[in-house]
Amino acid sequence: MSVILTEAEAKALLEKVIKLSQADECVVNLQGEIRGNIRYARNEVSTSGNLTNKNLVVQSAFGKKVGVATIDEFDDTSLEKVVRRSEELARLAPENPEHMSVLEPQQYGKSNGYFESTARVTPEVRAEAVAKSLELAGQDNLTSAGFLENRAGFSALMNSKGLFAYYPSTGVNFSLTVRTDDGTGSGYVIRGYNDFSKLDTVSASRIAVQKARGSVGAKALEPGKYTVILEPTAASVLLENLYYDLDARSADEGRSSFSKPGGKTRLGEKIVDERVTIYSDPSHPELPASPWSGEGLPQSRVSWIEKGVVKNLAYSRYWAQQKGVKPVPFPGNMIMEGGSASLDEMIKSTKKGILVTKLWYIRQVDPQTLLLTGLTRDGTFYIEDGQIKHPVKNFRFNESPIIMLNNVEALGKPERVVSTESNQSYMVPPMKIREFTFSSLSDAV
Amino acid sequence: MGIGGMMMLPVLGHATSPESFLDSAMDVAVKKRLADAALNAAKSKGATYTDVRIGRYLNQYVITREDKVQNIVNTESYGVGVRVIADGCWGFAAIVDAKSEKDTAKAAEEAVAIAKANARLMKSPVILAPQKGFGEVSWKAPIKRNAFEVPIQEKVDLLLGVNDAAMKNGANYVNSLLFMVNEQKYFASTDGSYIDQDIHRMWPIFAVTCIDPKTGKFETRQSLSAPVGMGYDYLQVNPADKVTGITTRYNKGYDMLEDVVAAAQQAKEKLSAKSVEAGKYDLVLDPSHLWLTIHESVGHPLELDRVLGYEANFAGTSFATLDKLKSGNFNYGSPEVTLFADKTQEGSLGAVGWDDEGVKTKRWDLVKDGTLVNYQAIRDQVHILGENESHGCCYADSWSSVQFQRMPNVSLAPGRTPLSVQEMIKDVKKGIYIIGDGSFSIDQQRYNFQFGGQLYYEIKDGEITGMLKDVAYQSNTQEFWNSCVKVCDEKDYRLGGSFFDGKGQPEQVSAVSHGSSTTRFNGVNVINTARKI
Repeated sequence: MSVILTEAEAKALLEKVIKLSQADECVVNLQGEIRGNIRYARNEVSTSGNLTNKNLVVQSAFGKKVGVATIDEFDDTSLEKVVRRSEELARLAPENPEHMSVLEPQQYGKSNGYFESTARVTPEVRAEAVAKSLELAGQDNLTSAGFLENRAGFSALMNSKGLFAYYPSTGVNFSLTVRTDDGTGSGYVIRGYNDFSKLDTVSASRIAVQKARGSVGAKALEPGKYTVILEPTAASVLLENLYYDLDARSADEGRSSFSKPGGKTRLGEKIVDERVTIYSDPSHPELPASPWSGEGLPQSRVSWIEKGVVKNLAYSRYWAQQKGVKPVPFPGNMIMEGGSASLDEMIKSTKKGILVTKLWYIRQVDPQTLLLTGLTRDGTFYIEDGQIKHPVKNFRFNESPIIMLNNVEALGKPERVVSTESNQSYMVPPMKIREFTFSSLSDAV
Repeated sequence: MGIGGMMMLPVLGHATSPESFLDSAMDVAVKKRLADAALNAAKSKGATYTDVRIGRYLNQYVITREDKVQNIVNTESYGVGVRVIADGCWGFAAIVDAKSEKDTAKAAEEAVAIAKANARLMKSPVILAPQKGFGEVSWKAPIKRNAFEVPIQEKVDLLLGVNDAAMKNGANYVNSLLFMVNEQKYFASTDGSYIDQDIHRMWPIFAVTCIDPKTGKFETRQSLSAPVGMGYDYLQVNPADKVTGITTRYNKGYDMLEDVVAAAQQAKEKLSAKSVEAGKYDLVLDPSHLWLTIHESVGHPLELDRVLGYEANFAGTSFATLDKLKSGNFNYGSPEVTLFADKTQEGSLGAVGWDDEGVKTKRWDLVKDGTLVNYQAIRDQVHILGENESHGCCYADSWSSVQFQRMPNVSLAPGRTPLSVQEMIKDVKKGIYIIGDGSFSIDQQRYNFQFGGQLYYEIKDGEITGMLKDVAYQSNTQEFWNSCVKVCDEKDYRLGGSFFDGKGQPEQVSAVSHGSSTTRFNGVNVINTARKI
């Protein structure tokens, strides 16, 4: 049997598994994927590989006693074995009062995340894409290190009430760090698409080369509060920490940045600048995502923050029932709206500021205020009178994305970026922020 | 790049019922046959070196909050990974559920095809340090009680008891988790090794939250346990494993129930603790905290692949460049500082008999009496150091991941002069005593870092005067280790560690321990982290 099943093949297999169930309820998830990658450093390839993976997850429930078992073999005996194992585990488990009965069949929207151009990529195609990057990024006095990975896969779901869901997807990510041989300059670029044909390793590599050369001879500025322009790659790693915190239950329980004293939450409250609007939408053409959540809830367009006001928090099915509201699953993508200005236009309109290419090693310092720390990396520049004047030494920052989004000066045109912390893709605008807090200097290049 | 989230669970793997974990592992003779098929197939396609890893990876999680068991998960993952050198270039391929010779041969052929496709992007061929074959050998972690054989009910009872104790002692919320790992790994190579290993790890953790209803402020306190290379015996309470003081800390046995009672009381105490005044302090760092600072500021910068630039696009490079080693006098720390690598330490996360490229494990010095003396290196790197024997620290987190240089246990040697924690604190005029690990971040060349903890106590004129909050310290690696003035003796030596050290593309995790005794650092910059939103 192949690794990537068609919708009809997946449905037939899942029906066969469900028929074996003797539990009160049964949910079966099926996934398969093929991945290929090439990694290079010191201007030559280092490690690379291919991987195939496929697995079946069976959850059985007797009342509120639940067991999960999975398997990666697909003959009849193995299918019978995995169903019996999950039932056996369910009998061993204590009752979970929070367990919810399986969903009725649902209707899902369309989302096109699968591209043949990506599924057809071979080791030779990857090597060629990297060779083109190396021609540029491995030239005079530059050392490059990069990574290209493509993936094709599917996920499917069926339960004992007849719910069925299927979603095929593909993806390619390419990232590159170019350093000057003397170690005084470093530049970075990252690109992610569902469609491999959109990937241009040459134009991407050109950006990393330019940043590497431009960052040589960095001058030290005193730490303190500065106006910054965060490129979308830099902004995404701060924003995603805000996204992770959009959980209604933690907010209701009084232990998140969306909590307020007395068991209240910030739902419905304006928490950031009115130019900030953030939503999720699985059918977004540039950032398609699965139209269903892991347990089969439909993913539709959800407004999370609209004109600065918190419009929605994520409610699990259990918590939604407790609170008498509709469940809202955690989204599969996130889109932050912006304006129409390009990054260059934003630089031109800046009297004094710092341009940040990338932020690194982001960690939460205080969950109450969402205070984060981390450092700038691979291209940090001083802007004066609308022009990049010179590179600056890297800073450590201590800043909260909530405070940051209250200090918005301008938002540019959103673009698809890949988080360098989580590898998730987002739509994020470049953003100009005043009073961004840099707390110390770093000698790192 | 660094340690991942402490409560993060790997998504790879397949769940099975507890009973299935008692199935005997695949017969060694079968593994040898599968491995030989891959070795032969790769050779016939032109590989000059091949290794095969056949892996069965088992995890179990028992996850609870307050009075509820949220989930019991058993995962199992089986497959084969084949690595080759062909045309002077590495190639790797992995196949799930590869149980026939045809499957393993196919993986070998794919790996050779990848190596050949990429060889044109090589400037010079891979140089592999020679390695003698060990024949058919095995290694088993010296566990006393296999966690996978402990009934689910016993684990559930422990965690619900822990949660109940937290709630009775003032917690508003408590999450607790038992995380158990068993790696059954078989390695074969064209050097003539057939190595069968059975590795066990264990991590009991909790987080307690207390909320002030009037102000809406909340504080947490996480467990002071360490992840260990042990079985369920780590949860065997033994008074000899307890270190008493301002709060009890633990060595080779963990009293989860006792720790959670203290945690609930301390989380509450934190709500009204004094907010720290920013400035310079002498820091007294407990091993439950210092392990992470060692990990980030010593373990990572001394990985040779970073030093050479192989991690430049992800985990970063290193300030500790080759010229600093070659100088023979690079002052990494004060003369009190000796840091060593060790893949043999019993009960540690990194302990194995052989690494994932068939090299016998050992102990070696990285920083000796303050001076940089070595790195961590594997077979395709040691020639750069002028050595011809790998250090034995190659690892892959799954059959599906390619093995590469990973951090061994890296530890601070205890002080040679007898010194207790109490005696150390007695000499501190203005200081902070930090227990437990918290927030952490370091730059990509490992100069500038910032760390928080779980518990902060103010020291004034040799006495602990009370609890502080909103504390984080910032420093520079070389400056910090040169500010080390005293290390307590071996009686205080304990291990900390993590299951989730992240590195590589595609990213892999690795489990690693770091030992130390309580250590004093003078004049470190402390910031106040309180903000208003």
